[in-house]
Amino acid sequence: MLRLSRIQKALWIAAILASFVFAILKSGLWSEETPPTIESADFLPQFSLPDSSGKLRDSEEFRGRWLLVFFGFTNCPDVCPTTLAEAAQVLDDLGPQAASVQPVFISIDPERDLALGIDDYTAAFHSQILGLAGSPTATQAAADSFRIYFSREDDENAPDGYTMSHSPGLFLVAPDGQWLRQFAYGTSATEILADLKERF
Amino acid sequence: MKYLLAALAVSMTASAASAQSCPSWQSGDLTLTNAWSRATIGPARPAVFYVEIANAGSVDDSLTAISTPLAEMPMLHETVVTDGVATMPHVSDIPVPAGSTVSLAPGGFHGMLMGLTAALAEGESFPMTLIFERSGEVTIDVGIAAYAARGPACQPDDS
Repeated sequence: MLRLSRIQKALWIAAILASFVFAILKSGLWSEETPPTIESADFLPQFSLPDSSGKLRDSEEFRGRWLLVFFGFTNCPDVCPTTLAEAAQVLDDLGPQAASVQPVFISIDPERDLALGIDDYTAAFHSQILGLAGSPTATQAAADSFRIYFSREDDENAPDGYTMSHSPGLFLVAPDGQWLRQFAYGTSATEILADLKERF
Repeated sequence: MKYLLAALAVSMTASAASAQSCPSWQSGDLTLTNAWSRATIGPARPAVFYVEIANAGSVDDSLTAISTPLAEMPMLHETVVTDGVATMPHVSDIPVPAGSTVSLAPGGFHGMLMGLTAALAEGESFPMTLIFERSGEVTIDVGIAAYAARGPACQPDDS
């Protein structure tokens, strides 16, 4: 009887251990993979795209300044103006220090934006914002290097029958060209300003 | 709900004394205020429409459509950010539950005004008709703020 009870105990312990191991494996705690985080700078954000005059503007030329980059499209009535308005407010609040920040608007809808004109759009928000729109390939390459997503979505209720979905944040690149962080969509000008001032 | 339709003679309750504060409009149990839009560069790009709708009644209502002579194709949209990607799906209606206030505001519900018949100029205003399931139609006046405005040019009424 005693023997049987020991076996039972052993089985119970084994069962409990097994369920623990299973739970740990299932939870991924033992996995060496850590989920990719957009804040980890194991990539180099780059772009090489023409401005409205057709001149190629490369991220390299802005070394020594902070880059504040936004990917958007000028047909966007809510997200893009809201974010650009915050960015413009940041530039105004920076005062003379704004000279060390280059805000860049990269069109993810270049064909339509080139037809509509990109400079009048960026200038409406702030004269300092540089608008870039290039080939689909160069646009995709820039987006990939920033690890951001955009996609054209067919939508019969949108102008020209399509709209764009996209990562709506503002992206901060250091004067040495390294990725620093993103300001998630909806981050206020006050918060962005405080972050920048700490870095200057 | 016939009596509500009868109340369509919209009363504009803006106080003349404080010209700076945002006007409000009433229709039945609904109060509309803080209506604004942003100036556009020409008529080619869509404009936006924001407003705040309070339902003081005990019956749920919903905004089903908007209409303005300024846009051939005005629609209700919602900005949704999912897993870091913003999309802007069309919404068939915007619920205005009893006893609550719903905002069409940056980053959420908004009117997208497509097919503009004219550019929107800062400082001007345009009429907008909102069509509610229960309260019927309400026509309001929407002030146009700057291109880079982050809110209405008038003083929002927080009362």
